[in-house]
Parts: sequence; C-alpha cells; structure tokens
Amino acid sequence: MKALLALLAFLLLAPAAFAVEPSERLADPALEARARALSEELRCLVCQNETIDESGAPLAHDLRVLLRERIAAGDTDAQAIKYLTDRYGDFVLLKPPVEPATYLLWFGPIIVLLLAGGGALIYLRRRKAAAPVAPLSAAEEQRIERLLKDEG
Amino acid sequence: MRRLLFVLPVALFVAVAVYFLLALNPNRDPQLLPSAMIDKPAPAFQLAGLDGGQGIALTALKGQVVVVNFFASWCEPCRDEHPLLMGLEKQIGVPVYGIAYKDKQPDTDRFLKQLGDPYKAIGVDESGRTAIDFGVYGVPETYVIDKQGRIRKRFVGPLSERQITGELLPLVQQLQHS
Repeated sequence: MKALLALLAFLLLAPAAFAVEPSERLADPALEARARALSEELRCLVCQNETIDESGAPLAHDLRVLLRERIAAGDTDAQAIKYLTDRYGDFVLLKPPVEPATYLLWFGPIIVLLLAGGGALIYLRRRKAAAPVAPLSAAEEQRIERLLKDEG
Repeated sequence: MRRLLFVLPVALFVAVAVYFLLALNPNRDPQLLPSAMIDKPAPAFQLAGLDGGQGIALTALKGQVVVVNFFASWCEPCRDEHPLLMGLEKQIGVPVYGIAYKDKQPDTDRFLKQLGDPYKAIGVDESGRTAIDFGVYGVPETYVIDKQGRIRKRFVGPLSERQITGELLPLVQQLQHS
C-alpha cells in the first residue's frame, strides 16, 4: 500500500519535473531560484520551442550550467542574459525585446484591433442612421398569413 | 473614400499572401537562426591539441584568413561533410582548423584515422565552451575569420560543394585581397 502511494505520488509529481539535473543546481536557493526564473525565458537553440529549463539537449544543459556560473560569479540578471544574447542574439530570448524591428510584432495586434473596431463602429453607426425600414403593407401581411397557414 | 474601403482588404490580403509565400519557400529553413557574431571579433580561445599535439589559439591565427570547422566524431552530418573538407585547404588556399566539439579524444582520434585528417591543427573543446562563445548550436558549423580576427561568415550544417565554390571560395579570396 505504501509502495502504491509512493508510486501515485511519483506519477502525480512527475509532470512538474524539469530537465534541470540535481548536479546542476546551485547550493544557494536564492541564486538557484534566479537561475530558474531566467532559464524559463531562454530558448533552447536545438529544440527551439523549449526553454533551456525544460530541454534535455546537451546544449541546453551547457547553457544552464553556464547561466548558473555567471549568476554565482555575481552577474545581475541583465548581465547574465546579455552574456547569452551577445553570443546567440535575441533569438535566445523567448520573449523578444521591444525595439523598432519588433514594433509590428508587439503592437500589430492592437493596430489590427483598432482598425477592425473602427471599421465596425463606422459600419454600425451608418446602419443606425439609415432610414428605418418601411412597415409591411396590408397585402403583404395577408400573404405572410397565407404562407404560414400553408406550412401548417 | 468608398474605393479605398474596397481596396484595403485586397491590399491586406496581398501583403499577407506575399509574406506567407516567402515563409513557405522550400529552400528556407525555419530552424536556421541568424548569427549574432557576424562581423564581431572572434572570441578568444586557447585549446589543447589532440594527444598533447599542437592546439589552436586565436592569437596565433591573426593576420591571416582562416576557416574554423566545429566537428565531432559522434555527429553524422560531420561524416557526410568530411570528404569535402579533405581537399578544402588546397581548394580555397587558406588554413582550415578543426575544433572537436564535446568529443572524447580517443573517439576523435579514431574518426580522423578512419576518414583522414583535413585540418591544419585541431583544438579540443570537450566542455563546449568555445563553441558557446562562437554561438554554435550544433555541429557541424564552419566559420570564416578575416585577417583582423573578425568572424565574417557562418555556415550551419554540413558544407556542400555548392556552398564551397559559390560562397566560401569567393569570400575567402575577397578577404585575402582586402
């Protein structure tokens, strides 16, 4: 029973496990926490949709160790990140920086929303302003009644 | 004004379609990332050689155009590329250096004994740190370094005959005369 519980606990906790290996961790929990936070923002360059925190690729391992070395050596978060972007460019960042080349990426959705919203607003205003639809004539009313009866 | 309203969606569609067309180009590899190191000074490195042989130091390379090839015995594409490297020094007329990336020395040794050693000298980068300094994300990668020690070109993946004659050779010749 105990073994079963242990197995259950293991299975439940398993998805939370990351690729960070115990041997890579820093002894100081505060520094380790910083390293974890940073590595969740960094792209593994081999499996490009994974963070280096999740990836099992050897390069991701090397980058995790490197990142921890920089932090242990007293780098600020920004310095540690710059160390990597100097070598791998902004592509190593999962969240691209806001700069002229990425303005369209960051603000494009808002621009599209404003354009579409403005268009919709103009359209709706115009429709409201258009002349109200004329009521049906007596002959038309009769015809509708007849058609409805036929249906029944 | 009315006409503009009709033209706008069409123009948007054309813009998006052109973008997709470019992005779907079969020759474009979406995995390929631009290098941050182009035109920057090559990172300083000093690597030991194989079996205590002559290693490579960046300072010794300055003043000449050189090609640096990152390889490993465990890397399949390196094997594919290897026959092209064998005649490369003669073909392009500049020294070609090899850096053994995260490879055990006996394995590198066996690899080169089996297939031949195309390099002027080999540096052993067992930790992969020099590769990280170069911005390597997988072997093989090949870099061209100019006389001033700046990285001028990076080839990701195995070199092809077409890349050598079409890109590498003209670049090396141009750099040598500058």
